Amino acid sequence: MNAGRLWRWLAYTVCGLVAIYLIAPMLIVVIISFSSSALLTFPPPGFSWRWYQNLVTTPAWRESFTVSLEVMTLTALLATTLGTMAAVGLAGRRTRWLAGLRTLLMAPLVVPQIVSAAGIFLLLDACGWVGTIRALVTAHTVLAIPYVVATVGAALETTDPGLVPAALTLGATPSVAFRRITLPLIRPGILSGLLFAAVLSFDELIVSLFLSTPRTRTVTVQMWSNVFGDIDPAITAIASLILLVSMLLLGAYSLIGRRRGAGSVVMPL
Amino acid sequence: MTDAPVLTLRGIGKDYGRTVAVDAVDLELRRGEFVSFLGPSGSGKTTTLMMIAGLQTPSRGEMLLQGRDLGPVPPYRRNIGVVFQNYALFPHLSVAANVAFPLQMRRVGRTEMARRVGETLALVGLPDHGARLPAQLSGGQQQRVALARALVYQPPLLLMDEPLGALDKKLREQLQLEISRLHRELGITVLYVTHDQEEALVMSDRIAVFNDGRIEQIGRPQELYEHPASRFVAGFVGESSFIVGRVTSAAANRVAIETAHGMLCGHPATSLAPGDAAVLAVRPERVGISEEAAGGDRNVVHARLVEVIYLGQSRKFMAALPNGEIITGLLPIALAADDLAPGQTVDLTWRASECTILPDH
Ligand SMILES: Nc1ncnc2c1ncn2[C@@H]1O[C@H](COP(=O)(O)OP(=O)(O)O)[C@@H](O)[C@H]1O
Ligand SMILES: [Mg+2]
Repeated sequence: MNAGRLWRWLAYTVCGLVAIYLIAPMLIVVIISFSSSALLTFPPPGFSWRWYQNLVTTPAWRESFTVSLEVMTLTALLATTLGTMAAVGLAGRRTRWLAGLRTLLMAPLVVPQIVSAAGIFLLLDACGWVGTIRALVTAHTVLAIPYVVATVGAALETTDPGLVPAALTLGATPSVAFRRITLPLIRPGILSGLLFAAVLSFDELIVSLFLSTPRTRTVTVQMWSNVFGDIDPAITAIASLILLVSMLLLGAYSLIGRRRGAGSVVMPL
Repeated sequence: MTDAPVLTLRGIGKDYGRTVAVDAVDLELRRGEFVSFLGPSGSGKTTTLMMIAGLQTPSRGEMLLQGRDLGPVPPYRRNIGVVFQNYALFPHLSVAANVAFPLQMRRVGRTEMARRVGETLALVGLPDHGARLPAQLSGGQQQRVALARALVYQPPLLLMDEPLGALDKKLREQLQLEISRLHRELGITVLYVTHDQEEALVMSDRIAVFNDGRIEQIGRPQELYEHPASRFVAGFVGESSFIVGRVTSAAANRVAIETAHGMLCGHPATSLAPGDAAVLAVRPERVGISEEAAGGDRNVVHARLVEVIYLGQSRKFMAALPNGEIITGLLPIALAADDLAPGQTVDLTWRASECTILPDH
């Protein structure tokens, strides 16, 4: 009895420590972003909004944030469309070369990002696309497709494969059966794929580094280059904003999960 | 025109790679008929049904629906009703929306649609369940919804693939009677797949017995039961005991075979010639235990009881012949002596006219 309680307290303590360890870096960043000092001192000497104002008034931050939002939106839409089509096409078929195709689509998950980045750079450089939004969108889409294929694939696996044939016998053409039956049933998977693609694009640094130029760069690249210049709390303010965007997307994800029951929304990997 | 068959299958077959799922099936379905496909699992019943529905493409043969070639017609234009074993109800649509779905596909007007959905749900005994989701219904209720969804557009042909397979015995019997009632009242033509011979006997106008991708025999239930054409049918439709032998004399309605237990006679299922390998098949309810000597028309064999089972209305017994062949008998309780017990030796007897002699391959 007593030993059991001791163990429980020990477990709570360890969990608490791990949680602090995980959250502390983010917390410090958020706290410093409201600092009144021009130095990265902790604890900050006072409270101010100056670094957030600084973001708005500095063109480099403003522009890179806009680029990131634009790339994120386009990537999410494109990756979701293509990934959903791939998942639907691959579902329920077990031929060898389709299995190979699936592996190929999932490859970006296991290929080291730096390798993908170098490859994508060489390819897009040859097309003369480096430094354009469409280069960033193309590259992010390739990286995001596996997440969509995974979430939509998982949603398809939980739907009865007999429903579409049943709809056909009732007079629905294949496209009507897809819109009226398949699509509503895999919607949670599609939405979570969309959110994963958005988060991935918004956070992405390595590939973006290769594809950015001083004129067109994502906010992550802007942060990266800032670290080597005169570092000030502006970087913590932008980090806090990125954190906020990610948390909003994650919040949306968990809302889908709650409405549809835990079973139908599956985290990839 | 009214006598034209609703459905005609000519040599329909389906191969999956090197496995032959359906070999060659011929069938004519008359208007208003209830025909069952009865056969063991894997005998090709579902595949045949799915080819008719258009969900599988035949490897050979020809299908006509009301005289029209079905070959080039996609499933969504065949206008055939299908009820699947696992119901296949759309889980995100209400019961009413499920039933309305085929009407929407046919662009039926709103008021007409509401009327027909209401009528059909009432017909299957679920008038007040339209607003529920399928998951909120019991298995039996879900199957009724699936039935309503397949009936609401009044297809000329209704296909049902083991629709009651997932239900318990009592519910199954209740729904068997309801499906029979609907068939009678609506005058629809039904093709019904089952592996339950009792279900087939109760519901069907005709039964097609499937074996190895072929129809082994097709006929009215009584015809199949009393005149099975093969050893497979005799064993699958109802229960039979078998004694193998060789034909010694063959007349039009009387064949004698030489067996390990002497000369036995029976009614021939097909034409047999002296010297043919044959098998005598006899139903349990035809086998009696005799004390007195056999008459001219009766077969008699000497056997040892190995099991006696009390069934309330009757007693079932199994008796072994000297060569190990087993004869099963069923005696009404009034005729079964109380002291029947395993180990006793008895004379089993049945009329020659009440057993069948079949060719043995
Ligand atoms: N999609 C398929 N691929 C390969 N073999 C199949 C397929 N569907 C059915 N079969 C085979 O065809 C045969 C008949 O199957 P089926 O029509 O389902 O039989 P039943 O409905 O009488 O149980 C079986 O041997 C089965 O293994
Ligand atoms: Mg089957």
